[in-house]
Amino acid sequence: MSGLILEHVTKQFGTFTAVNDVNLSVADGSFVCLLGPSGCGKTTLMRMIAGLDLPTGGSIRLSGADITQVPTHKRDLGMVFQSLALFPHLTVGENIAYSLRIRGADKDAQKKRVDELLAMIHLPGFADRSVSKLSGGQRQRVAIARALAISPKLFLLDEPLSALDAKLREAMQVELRQLQQRLGITTIVVTHDQREAMTMADTVVVMNGGEIRQAAAPVDIYRRPADSFVADFIGQTNLLPFETDSAGRAAVLGTSIEGFAPFAGPAKGMLSVRPEDVQLVPAGNGSIPAQVTFVRDLGGTIETFVEAGGQQVIAVSSPRNRPEVHVGQTVGIKLDPATSVVLSK
Amino acid sequence: MRREPPQRLGDYGPLFFPAGMLTLFFVVPFATMIAVSFFQREQGGFYTPAFVLDNYARFLSLFFGKVLGFSLFLAVAVAIACVAVGVPFTYLLARSARKTQIAWLVALLSILSLSEVMIGFAWSTLFSRTAGITNLFVWLGLMSQAQALTPSFGAVMTAMTYQAFPYTVLVLYPALVRLDPTLAEAARTLGASPVKAFFTVVVPALRNTILATLIMVFIFALGSYLLPQLLGRPQHWTLSVLITDQAIYQSNMPFAAAMAVFLVLVSLALVGLAVYAGRQKEAK
Repeated sequence: MSGLILEHVTKQFGTFTAVNDVNLSVADGSFVCLLGPSGCGKTTLMRMIAGLDLPTGGSIRLSGADITQVPTHKRDLGMVFQSLALFPHLTVGENIAYSLRIRGADKDAQKKRVDELLAMIHLPGFADRSVSKLSGGQRQRVAIARALAISPKLFLLDEPLSALDAKLREAMQVELRQLQQRLGITTIVVTHDQREAMTMADTVVVMNGGEIRQAAAPVDIYRRPADSFVADFIGQTNLLPFETDSAGRAAVLGTSIEGFAPFAGPAKGMLSVRPEDVQLVPAGNGSIPAQVTFVRDLGGTIETFVEAGGQQVIAVSSPRNRPEVHVGQTVGIKLDPATSVVLSK
Repeated sequence: MRREPPQRLGDYGPLFFPAGMLTLFFVVPFATMIAVSFFQREQGGFYTPAFVLDNYARFLSLFFGKVLGFSLFLAVAVAIACVAVGVPFTYLLARSARKTQIAWLVALLSILSLSEVMIGFAWSTLFSRTAGITNLFVWLGLMSQAQALTPSFGAVMTAMTYQAFPYTVLVLYPALVRLDPTLAEAARTLGASPVKAFFTVVVPALRNTILATLIMVFIFALGSYLLPQLLGRPQHWTLSVLITDQAIYQSNMPFAAAMAVFLVLVSLALVGLAVYAGRQKEAK
């Protein structure tokens, strides 16, 4: 079995369980983002994959070999740290060549590989510069090149772009994804930025409380969140309570919705409706009555805040179909059962 | 806020006090010492103002050359021993639990409250034949017979390293606490074993701190004159011992002053050389 396979991986610090029974399989050459709020265990999970922390339970296999207890320096991986951890006493070239030097590669081979990598990260001729004289983006690239010098089996990045400003970060996300696709290297990125995860990943693994809540393609995570935590964490969503009667007809915020029957019997549940799927219509005509409380016109999008059944609902529309509403107006909202997700929790 | 250079005399006010103290307690005594080193000695313990080079000329003999050489060698050896033990120790200390750190630091600081005399006598007891640690080794079966470990060069080195060690740790500690722990982790992910990561990343990243510590311990050890007398043989006596001897027991102030001036100049030259070498390497 190839790729990276985690089975029942658990990490306890004293009585605190940082990572609880994680099962995950990462195919060769795929790009996985571990996404979650701070303290969700994503960094601990990555450190266990890197061997910097040892799991208290479970096993980690890479390309068929059990590496659970293998020390970090024998795992042949590349890792980019949040602090980048560039060696301040070495030049750019010496930083990149470090893993080759440690493995005893000869000088010419080192130099050739360094030049290759510098060309790859668009910093040719930077080999003799001091790392302290680089800009944030350049340091980022050098850290990536250093991690890739030995062509590792596994490429790990811990919040790699968090130190960059927003614009540069978005550009680096695209660049990193393109680089990964060109090299076909199995890559795992830890991030708390859902846009970053959606931009880069083949598979987004959403974590919370030390557990995996959902692992799926970005679109599936967005369109079909597994639970209310995922729905709320990925993008904006309206979480609306609903009830079904004995005939299975559903009522959301007290108004029954036609053609919507999630359960057979009487039950209660939660519905996740993305703001762009909330339609504002004139009141009545089977729509859910609501009152406009605030309109946020951001130019590119217009967010309309309404109150329906005692709960705030946000509707997002594009300027092309700008809703003609004002604060205090009574309107109706319409939900499309096809785009609404019934959540088990 | 922009810092303006001082405009009026009053702006220099805050500097007056430290400058005065420095003049009173360092410049004046040192200048006196330099002056005395050129004075003419008079039998009976006094000297008359003069300008003679006899004191320096007397110093330029093989005997004093050897003593100076030994003093410098001992100070360098103690500095290297302190750093060689102190850097790994402080590295591990900075990464241990807070409680452990505090316990160790309190213990190290309490060494500073001991006078040199107490340290000297404590070690001479520990190294003695009758009550020393060799008795423990005999009891453990490691040695067949208890023996005296003092006077010897090893005893002098041990006690001086012990005395300078707290200073070493206190100078290294802040730099090692601030050192990014991910540097060593990054080295490990790049294929370096923990020991290799320590020597290829942690030590070079701390080069300036280590150099500063070496210089500090070197100067500290150069001034030691009690421990070599308590724990060493006469050939282990340092120049400081001879200076004390000349100044206090032989009442030859001009000669003692000349030796002291020479010692200061040589140690300044060595420190300058070390700093220069450090700069050269950095500029490379």
